[in-house]
Amino acid sequence: MAREVTRRRKITFTVIGWLIGLTLFFPILWTILTSFKTEGEAIATPPSFLFFQWTFENYFEVQSRSDYLKHAMNSVVISLGSTGLGLLVAIPAAWSMAFSPTRRTKDVLMWMLSTKMLPPVGVLVPIYLLFRDFDLLDTRIGLVMVLMLMNLPIIVWMLYTYFKEIPGEILEAARMDGATLGKEIAYILAPMAVPGIASTLLLNIILAWNEAFWTLNLTAADAAPLSAFIASYSSPEGLFWAKLSAASTLAIAPILVMGWFSQKQLVRGLTFGAVK
Amino acid sequence: MATLHTRTNARVMMSPAVVMLLVWMVIPLGMTLYFSFLRYNLLMPGMEEFTGFGNYEFFLTDPAFLDALFNTLLLVGGVLLVTVVGGTFLALLIDQPFWGQGIVRLLVIAPFFVMPTVSALVWKNMFMHPVNGLFAWIAHGLGLEPVDWLAVLPLFSITMIVAWGWLPFATLIILTALQSLDQEQKEAAEMDGAGSVSIFLYITLPHLARALTVVILIETIFLLSVFAEILVTTNGGPGTASTNISYLIYAQALLQFDVGGASAGGVVAIILANIVAIFLIRMIGKNLET
Repeated sequence: MAREVTRRRKITFTVIGWLIGLTLFFPILWTILTSFKTEGEAIATPPSFLFFQWTFENYFEVQSRSDYLKHAMNSVVISLGSTGLGLLVAIPAAWSMAFSPTRRTKDVLMWMLSTKMLPPVGVLVPIYLLFRDFDLLDTRIGLVMVLMLMNLPIIVWMLYTYFKEIPGEILEAARMDGATLGKEIAYILAPMAVPGIASTLLLNIILAWNEAFWTLNLTAADAAPLSAFIASYSSPEGLFWAKLSAASTLAIAPILVMGWFSQKQLVRGLTFGAVK
Repeated sequence: MATLHTRTNARVMMSPAVVMLLVWMVIPLGMTLYFSFLRYNLLMPGMEEFTGFGNYEFFLTDPAFLDALFNTLLLVGGVLLVTVVGGTFLALLIDQPFWGQGIVRLLVIAPFFVMPTVSALVWKNMFMHPVNGLFAWIAHGLGLEPVDWLAVLPLFSITMIVAWGWLPFATLIILTALQSLDQEQKEAAEMDGAGSVSIFLYITLPHLARALTVVILIETIFLLSVFAEILVTTNGGPGTASTNISYLIYAQALLQFDVGGASAGGVVAIILANIVAIFLIRMIGKNLET
């Protein structure tokens, strides 16, 4: 009897769960489907859900008409560049805060966090003017710098919470056993730190890839990454939904896959370790 | 001696990050503050002059400011309502054992990874378009008149678009908190005859309180700065119907080239964000001690 109840319960939850999951995912699914339609079919009412003439034409079109690859490359350079530079600066900082904390370590961490609370629009004017005066508008290097600085507090914090979990005693034990500094790093620290660094890397690539305030305001034709390039489809002249969908699908696919792999780390990173 | 050595070392290791952030914060902030007291328009170079609080007066008494402030509060409040209530519900659902739980979880969190410009354009065109959108088709099917969502209900529509992207965030965090709930406590309550409603109210909800607070505070920080969704859907319009503070300042700076006015607006935005930030920082700081 009890078994029957739990079984029925499980079926109910399965149905509700899948219904809600598919509903929330539907806009993404619809974008992917539309990317394989012709422009005519993309705006047709009633819409066709699966039985249409499947075509890859849009994917070639976005490349030949608007040089999609250039913008994709900008996204790759900007997100990887800002994340890489950020890690380079943040790893030593987080390392020293986790392993040789001083009385002020906590204050420094809180202060770093507070810089993240600054609304970007509050510094839009000076950053824009500085970019203009230093010829950084519409350059990748400028965006790499801004996004690196913007995400630096998150990188430091995330690394700090990971490094904190490496027990200091293990280092002492290794030293007692006569490990040299090189061996200490290679056999003990690196293997224990790498997972944390990898998660930080992943989350930051996601954040930088999707950033759309600075990319929209500081780039134009040359350095625009995908988040800014896609916005050019908002112009009202003509409905290019199939091409918009193809460009969008390509822009979100890699990040979606990365995001799915980093669910757990995402929570830790975005809540600054407050929820684990 | 050794400690002195490590301490110096630690300082050297920290300094690049600290110095960079300090420069990143102090210089632009100082400039914003300075510009906010100048009459300074990019179309009239060389005409800058000190105006005291003139820009603030102009910005704060502009009827568009009150509209924008109101819209900002509505947008933040609306998205919070949808995501916190919906996220709690979804997290409780996904926490139940059912077939394909892992896949449903992936489907639910997916919208969070869609960049704001893409989600805004997909919703605007393929769903909310008054002629060819899916909602118009559904309305026709139900015998209703299709709604031109972004023209008639611009702020509501943008709220929905933004909420779609943030619902996964709330769900994921609440779910993480749920999974750390002590199951034995629940079982003990069940043994004592507690119903599922009272278990939720007296055990689950208090356990979630912390996660919910974190969700609300962090979302507020990000939602105060919603920008891309507005830019690609309505451009703040019609009129100022969907202009929030971020968009208003952007328009003042990069469309009207009013550096002074926009800077005064920027200072106001920073003060608003700080009110929230103080609470958040205090909470996270408390967590650091334990």
